[in-house]
Amino acid sequence: MTSNPGGTWPHAPGFYVGDRPKIVTSRFEYEDSYTLQRFEATDGYKGLRAALAKPAAEVHEEVRNATVLGRGGAGFPAGNKWGLTPQGVWPRYLVVNGDESEPGTYKDRLLMERDPHQLIEGCLIACYAAGLSQCFLYIRGEMALAQERVATALNEAYAAGYVGKNILGSKFSVDIVLHWGAGAYVVGEETALIESLEGNRGMPRLKPPYFPAAIGLYGQPTIVNNVETLANLPWLARNGAAAYTAVGTATSPGTRMVAVSGHVKRPGVYEIINGTTTFRDLIYGEEFCQGIRNGNELKAFVPGGGSAPWFTEDQLDVAFEGPQAGAAGSMLGSGAVMVMDSTTDIPRAALTLTRFYAHESCGKCTPCREGGTWLERILSRVVDGKGTDADLDQLLEVGQSICPGEFPHASNEKLGITAVPFPYRMNTICFVGPSAYAPVHSALTLFRSEFESRVTKRTLIPVTAVAQ
Amino acid sequence: MARLTEENIRLAREIISRYPKPRSATIPLLHLAQEQDGFVTNEAMEHIGQLVGATSAEVYGTASFYEMFKFEPVGKYLINICGTMSCALMGSEELMHHAESRLGIHMGGTTADGLITLERAECQAACTEAPCLQVNYRYRFRVTAENFDTLVDQLQSGALEGEIPAHGTVAAVRQHIPADKGVGAVAPEDVTEGPAWLDGKAAL
Repeated sequence: MTSNPGGTWPHAPGFYVGDRPKIVTSRFEYEDSYTLQRFEATDGYKGLRAALAKPAAEVHEEVRNATVLGRGGAGFPAGNKWGLTPQGVWPRYLVVNGDESEPGTYKDRLLMERDPHQLIEGCLIACYAAGLSQCFLYIRGEMALAQERVATALNEAYAAGYVGKNILGSKFSVDIVLHWGAGAYVVGEETALIESLEGNRGMPRLKPPYFPAAIGLYGQPTIVNNVETLANLPWLARNGAAAYTAVGTATSPGTRMVAVSGHVKRPGVYEIINGTTTFRDLIYGEEFCQGIRNGNELKAFVPGGGSAPWFTEDQLDVAFEGPQAGAAGSMLGSGAVMVMDSTTDIPRAALTLTRFYAHESCGKCTPCREGGTWLERILSRVVDGKGTDADLDQLLEVGQSICPGEFPHASNEKLGITAVPFPYRMNTICFVGPSAYAPVHSALTLFRSEFESRVTKRTLIPVTAVAQ
Repeated sequence: MARLTEENIRLAREIISRYPKPRSATIPLLHLAQEQDGFVTNEAMEHIGQLVGATSAEVYGTASFYEMFKFEPVGKYLINICGTMSCALMGSEELMHHAESRLGIHMGGTTADGLITLERAECQAACTEAPCLQVNYRYRFRVTAENFDTLVDQLQSGALEGEIPAHGTVAAVRQHIPADKGVGAVAPEDVTEGPAWLDGKAAL
C-alpha cells in the first residue's frame, strides 16, 4: 500500500485521496486497482455475495433505506427509481450511463478506469435487487482507456463466474454487455441514451409517456443509473444501510466525487462527505484545492457542471448539498466545480460554455436548436467587440424563448439582488437548451458591466423625428 | 476497403448476438467499420444495414449524428484539442493557435502527408488536467506548446506506433462472452415471466 494521504499518484492523475472516509475510491491508491486480483484481495465481490444471501426484495429495501441519491445530475434516490417499474411487466433492463460529458465533470471516467470491477459488482447488485434480466453498460465513445479496462474486467468476471449464467452457483443469471457511444453529449440524457442504444440518433424522448422505468429500452421497463451511483452499491451491500447513512447528512447520505478545475492551486477530483463540505472548504481548504492560483481573487465559480447557474464569493458557505444549492439559485448537477479568478474574461468564459451546448444540441426542439445557435452567435459578436447594447437584451429575450419566466440565479450583496431558486421552466424536452442559456444568464446578471463595456451604445432616433 | 471482411463479419455477428434486437449493434458495428478502413465507407454502411436489418439510409442517419464517425479519410492520428470551459480558462485557445502554426493546417485540416488531422473538441472529461487533448482518444494532460511539439515529433518519427493505434481503433480490447458462460440475449417479446431469482433468495 502506498502512503500518500494528501497527494495524487502517477497512475491516477488528478485524483487526491485525503484523510476522509472512502466509499467508491478506496482502491484508487493501488496501481493495479483495476485488476480482478486486487479487487478480490480488497473485499471485491463480497457485496454481491452478501446480496445473494438475501431475498432480492430485502436488498432493494436496503438500497431504498440508504437513500442512495443518483449521482448523474438529477439526484433522484436509486432505491425509489427501481421501485417505479410497473408490476408484472418483463423483461426489465439496466442501462448504465457512462456517457459522462458534462463540462467540468469527470468522476465516472476515473471509476471506470481505476475500479471497473466495483462498477460491475454494483450492476450485478442492482440487477439482482430489481429483477433486471440484462445490463447494458454504455461508455462514452471517446474514453478508450475506460472501455479497455471495463472490457478486460468483464472478460475476467465472466471467466471467474461473477457474471453470466448462474452467478456464483446461484439462480441469479445476468449478462452485462459493454456498449460504447460515438461522441454526442446529449446521449447522457437517459431517454437519448436509450435511443442511442437502440441504434438510432441520440435524441431525447418526450416524458411523459417515455419515462424509462415504464417505457424504456425496446419499450420495456428500464432502469438508467449513473456509474457513480452503482459504484456505491458494493460498499452499501457489505456494510449495510445504517453504516451508509452514518456518513454525510440525513438528506444526502454517503460521499460524492467532485471535480474542481479552473483557476485553483490544486485542481483535482475529491471524494467528499455529502452535505457537509462547503464550497469554501473545496476551493480554499488545505486538503482540497488550497485557494486561488497566483494569490488572485475569486471572481465566480460554476457549482455543478456547465449547465449550472454561477455562484460568486457570496455563496462560498453554501454546503455541497442539492437542496441548499437549489435554494441559493443553482444546482449540484454532476459534481463539478469550475473556478474563475479575477483575471477571467467573463463574457468569453460564458461563450465557451454556450458554444458547447449550442454545438451539442440534437436539433429536436426548436428553442434549443435555434436558440442555442442564436445565443452563441450574438455572444460571439459581443465578445469580439462587434455587438451593440441591443444584443444584450436580445440574449435575454432568446433565453426567454427557451426558459420562460424567471431564470434561477444567485443572490449578490454588492448588486443588491436576491436569489431566484432552482428549477426553471423550460420549452424543451431536455436540459441542453436551458444549459446554453444558463451561463449567459448568470454572466449577464452578475457581471453586466463587463458586457456593457464592450458593446457599442446605439443612438436611438425617435420615430416622430423621422416622420417629420 | 469497402464491405466488412470475413473476420469482421464474424465479430459483427458476435456483437449482434448480445443484443435482444440486432439494430442495437449499429454503433458498435460502425466503429468496427471505421477500425477496418480508418473511416466509414458507404459500402460498409450498406453492409451494416444488411447485418442489423436496416436500410443504408437509416444506418447513415444514425452514423451522421455522432461526432466520432468520419465519412472521408482523416489522418492516421486525429488530435482533438479540448476548447470547453476549464481548458479554455487554462489556455487552450493559445494551444490551438500553436498547434495550427506548428502543423501548418487549420482546425479540421489534415497535414499533406496524411499523418495528422487537427480538430477542436468539446469537453473530454479531464478538466483538472487542463488544457488537455486526445490523440486517437488517448489522453495527453496539461499540454504546453513544448510538449505539443514533442508529441508531433514522436508521431512523425513513429515512436508512438505501439502505444497509439491508427485512427479507427478506439479500445484495443474487446469484450468476449464465452458461449458456456453467457445467458444469451432474448427478444423482449419472448420473455413472459419474471426472473427465477425473484422467488426467494438466490440460494447461496
